[in-house]
Amino acid sequence: MISLKNVSKTFNRGTINEKRALDNLNLVINDGDFITVIGGNGAGKSTMLNAIAGVFPVDCGKIEIDGVNVTRDPEHKRAKYIGRVFQDPMKGTAAGMQIEENLSLALRRGKTRGLGWQIRAEERETYKNELSRLGLGLEDRLTDRVGLLSGGQRQAVTLLMATLKRPELLLLDEHTAALDPATAATVLKLTREIVEGEKLTALMVTHNMKDAISIGNRLIMMDRGQIIYDVSGEEKEKLTVEDLLRKFEAASGTEFSNDRMMLSR
Amino acid sequence: MSGLLLVTQGAVSQGVLWGIMVLGVYITYKLLDIPDLTADGSFTLGGCVCTVAILSGINPILATVMGLFAGLMAGAVTGILHTVFEIPAILSGILTQIGLWSVNLRIMGGKPNNPLLQADSTISFVVDRTGLSQSQAALIVGVVLVIIVIAVLYWFFGTEIGAALRATGDNADMIRALGVNINHTKLIALSLSNGLIGLSGAMVAQMLKHADINMGRGAIVIGLAAIVIGEVLMNRVKNFGLKLFSAVVGAMIYLLIRAYAIQLGLNVNDMQLISALLVAVALAIPVAMRKWREKAAYTEEDLYAAEHEGSGVKALAEASEDADKEGR
Repeated sequence: MISLKNVSKTFNRGTINEKRALDNLNLVINDGDFITVIGGNGAGKSTMLNAIAGVFPVDCGKIEIDGVNVTRDPEHKRAKYIGRVFQDPMKGTAAGMQIEENLSLALRRGKTRGLGWQIRAEERETYKNELSRLGLGLEDRLTDRVGLLSGGQRQAVTLLMATLKRPELLLLDEHTAALDPATAATVLKLTREIVEGEKLTALMVTHNMKDAISIGNRLIMMDRGQIIYDVSGEEKEKLTVEDLLRKFEAASGTEFSNDRMMLSR
Repeated sequence: MSGLLLVTQGAVSQGVLWGIMVLGVYITYKLLDIPDLTADGSFTLGGCVCTVAILSGINPILATVMGLFAGLMAGAVTGILHTVFEIPAILSGILTQIGLWSVNLRIMGGKPNNPLLQADSTISFVVDRTGLSQSQAALIVGVVLVIIVIAVLYWFFGTEIGAALRATGDNADMIRALGVNINHTKLIALSLSNGLIGLSGAMVAQMLKHADINMGRGAIVIGLAAIVIGEVLMNRVKNFGLKLFSAVVGAMIYLLIRAYAIQLGLNVNDMQLISALLVAVALAIPVAMRKWREKAAYTEEDLYAAEHEGSGVKALAEASEDADKEGR
């Protein structure tokens, strides 16, 4: 279980660009929850994910993962619990290193690294099996540099890397937004297979309302650094895009006028 | 022996010993993507520490190792300035380098030069037992050292820590998200790099039989030039060990060119300018070529659309319709 209690974060405090990105945010993520996160630009979706991952220190509040208070832990220490896939496909993999090197780096997430070999023959079988799940033929290209892969292939590899060592929480930050529609659909399908197949706990930010409704067991809507709508189970399954727009207007008092949102209705 | 042969032999031996420094520069510049300016200071530091240690009666091998450790500590200072206090890497290196000038003079007792004279060294050890000349002995010791260093680096960068270090240079965001403290990897890389540079300084001082406050001036540029030369000569090499080897070959070629140029009457003081130009041109050529290509590729009419029928806006619309049909 992951919990955020009264978490706040203000960027550029005391300047003209001051922005309260998280405003007394409270959230409890139960084990096995697959939560989709929606909200307008600047609602605090990515900030929430980054606060959980420890990219920056929060101003106040408490973040717990499985009962451990990680609020003051730096990013690299929290990596033990968290797998991440970023929006930018270039960000999740090391371009100059081989596919198997990237996977082996991910397999050691959160472990102390020593002077043993990075690439081990007995682990290579695992990499091959895992890569073949992607259905991209990458299992025969273990020693190819990742820089040779397309954005979609790299994002698929990143997804695999984030889950190779089972994470307590998987953070997906608009991870299909930078891909072309067909590739995005493939990566989204893989995401569902992996998260649902392995019963992972995951937070997925998306700007596609249809995806947000059809994927996962729970949906949260954010606005101005707070969660304004939290729905799960049967109630979520019955949701429509129109419902979401109405909810947003009712809760925030403004019209949902985000171009990207409207386009993906 | 003819003069030219002697010059060649001297340059090759020095090139091999300087090659150890180039391997150090390779770690920071190629693997970590940091041009570390500590090099100029840590190279001299290695030479100063080693010669002073030898003159005070310490075993030459131990004195050489002390040169290595002194360089390692200089690298650690740069690393701490950069990681703990978040000073930009280039400035951290400059600060350490400038500070080392005074430290090096202090170590040599305020003199700008520290001659070894007839004192024992790792090279005179070989000379005494084989009867070879100073530069022949230096070549043998240098080749053995280079083989050991390349073997150790090849092993180290294949380990978990070494791979994390390479990943730090490749994609810091990624490796941090995979649980590596990149401050640690950077600190290790800078220390290791300057340790090798200090070792190189110690060996060069023993070969030349003196340490000099200016012996490391321009070392970083020489290192970069050697890497560039090595890459041009062995650009198809993929194996990591051979890439390291190409850097050492680059150092040898660099010192050969320098020796011949001086032989032909070039003022040795002009060598710094030539090195700087070599590196600047090597870095500028790819950028200039890209700009030229972009300029040349511009056409007023859309040739791409003519070649690929149905591209552009229409094709995009079709693609998104297809995606809709697939049930997205």
